[in-house]
Amino acid sequence: MQIIDLLQSMMPMVLFYSAPLIFTAIGGVFSERSGVVNIGLEGLMVMGAFSGIVFNLSFAEMFGTLTPWLSLLVAGLVSGIFSIMHAVAAVTLRANQVVSGVAINMIALGVGVFLTREWYGSGQTNSITQPFYTRSVRFLSDIPIIGEMFFSGIYYIAYIAILFAILAWFILYKTPFGLRLRSVGEHPMAADTNGISVTKIRYVAVIISGFLAGLGGATYALTISLNFGGATISGQGFMSLAAVIFGKWHPLGAMGAAIFFGFAQSLSVVGRNFPILADVPNVYLIIAPYVLTILALAGFIGRAEAPKANGEPYIKGNR
Amino acid sequence: MFSNRTFNLIVPIFSVLLGFLVGAIVMLAFGYSPIEGYRALWNGAFGNSYYLGETIRQSIPLMLTGLAIAFAFRSGLFNIGAEGQVFVGWLAAVWLGIVVDLPTIIHLPLALLVAGLAGALWALIPGLLKATRGVHEVVVTIMMNYIALHLSNHIIRAYLLESGSRTSRISETASLRTEGLTTLFGGSQVHWGFIIAFISAITMWFLLERTTYGYELRAVGYNKHAAHYAGINVKRNIIMAMMISGLFAGLAGAMEGLGTFGSMHTHASFSNLGFDGIAVALLGANTAIGSVISAFLFGALKVGSLSMPPISGVPSELVEIIIAVIIFFVASSYMIRWIVLRFKKEEK
Repeated sequence: MQIIDLLQSMMPMVLFYSAPLIFTAIGGVFSERSGVVNIGLEGLMVMGAFSGIVFNLSFAEMFGTLTPWLSLLVAGLVSGIFSIMHAVAAVTLRANQVVSGVAINMIALGVGVFLTREWYGSGQTNSITQPFYTRSVRFLSDIPIIGEMFFSGIYYIAYIAILFAILAWFILYKTPFGLRLRSVGEHPMAADTNGISVTKIRYVAVIISGFLAGLGGATYALTISLNFGGATISGQGFMSLAAVIFGKWHPLGAMGAAIFFGFAQSLSVVGRNFPILADVPNVYLIIAPYVLTILALAGFIGRAEAPKANGEPYIKGNR
Repeated sequence: MFSNRTFNLIVPIFSVLLGFLVGAIVMLAFGYSPIEGYRALWNGAFGNSYYLGETIRQSIPLMLTGLAIAFAFRSGLFNIGAEGQVFVGWLAAVWLGIVVDLPTIIHLPLALLVAGLAGALWALIPGLLKATRGVHEVVVTIMMNYIALHLSNHIIRAYLLESGSRTSRISETASLRTEGLTTLFGGSQVHWGFIIAFISAITMWFLLERTTYGYELRAVGYNKHAAHYAGINVKRNIIMAMMISGLFAGLAGAMEGLGTFGSMHTHASFSNLGFDGIAVALLGANTAIGSVISAFLFGALKVGSLSMPPISGVPSELVEIIIAVIIFFVASSYMIRWIVLRFKKEEK
């Protein structure tokens, strides 16, 4: 019984922590599958959190309860546009993609905090008045055990994140666009000779990843932090990147990994209340996702194979 | 036509100028005077001996993390993990500074050595995984950064906590700061670490350019397969390169622990020394001398930025934007090359 109690009280929290990671990790899958390494996920999340909060603060009166949803959309769009910078550097200018990603992280944080100081006069914004609230799903939450676990006291956004993961799987594996995107990441020259524009596909993939990372950042800001400051997003982007790899560059795998990481995070928060875990120092639960990712990469937990052309700029005519 | 050497000079200079230009445009766009802003920045970095001391103090760890990343780059590795190696080096140095009681002549070198070793060992894990299992070092080092951050916080909280969120002070015998130097620079936090940074830079230059070992490392960096074919032990070189890189980063941590702070505090997030080190190495074209110069530039920018808000009203984050823009342009050097070549062609 104890296990079920544990799960019941934890599941909503797990979903709550993993939703931002799921969005961002799916974004990462899109970008990396097309062959563009995206270390900039962290910065794109910062952009999303920032623009989501700013929109929410500015328009809360005008849109009322619709505000958080619109903030989410705006955050996605802003981050999508922002990610074009990474696409230009990585695809057109053939920059080192890791370096360009690092630059994106720095610029996003710099711009975010700079504008926050300009507009709100201090290092962080006020708290928003229209955040997402937890809801219980009617009828479904009355189902014994499962209802309590999955359908009460939960953010709807968590379901949307999971839906997005399934949608991403469908797009990547069941549509011509998805096939093209994957082929560009595996063997750009073969794709090019088949008339697929490598540049165009990679741009689209990076922009999608920006959009999704923006959603992820805004989700975090609108459910967990409720304001924006320099430390709002601290590592969630990198953790999502870990989820991409741990999930073997597959959208559903990445979602599973993100949920698992959310689970580890919430264990470190609520673990104290449970006798089995009370003696385990918090730090082990906090570092678990990172250690597991390294083990996965090292091949101790199944081999993680990156897309072949990941990180390599495509230069026409080069062999 | 331009030689590669000329390009290596043009690209960083161009990028720095573009960075400042973008900074000026941002200031104009928000209604500040760029002249005022940059004057505040300049005075805040070099205005008097105190500020100069602070600039040097800030440059010291940046030089070392810059060297760490440049060294790894030359061997074909990207060590994003300098950040984590700084943490373990810092912790190791402070730990040794607190618990051991020795005369300065042994205590200080020992603390530095242990810090360097800690960094090297932290970098050994990604090095080993890269060499033996072909795992990409970027992802492993990112993960190692977070492990270092949380573990060091945990160790400080569990074993070394003095009051609030920092450890007790290291004993004087392990300190890099001296009364004389502090007074000379108007009471700033500057310390003798710059000598260690210079020695490290010279060592790196000598190792890479003047020894067979360095030749092997560079060969591995240029072309792993060719190096292997020539009979060079690629695996051993990868592991060694990662460890030497980690050693520099560990020393950077020691600079913070034994010099600037004399203790270690728990961190909510990264110190950013490792990430800024990437900027330093890139701008310095991955050379020892280049890293020293660009570390000084970034140190001046960071220290100078603190004077911008009170004097000119410009938020200090402007400097972060400038630095990011500089790296962005250095990374996209293809564009600068293309533009310069275009101009050359038209002249003909």
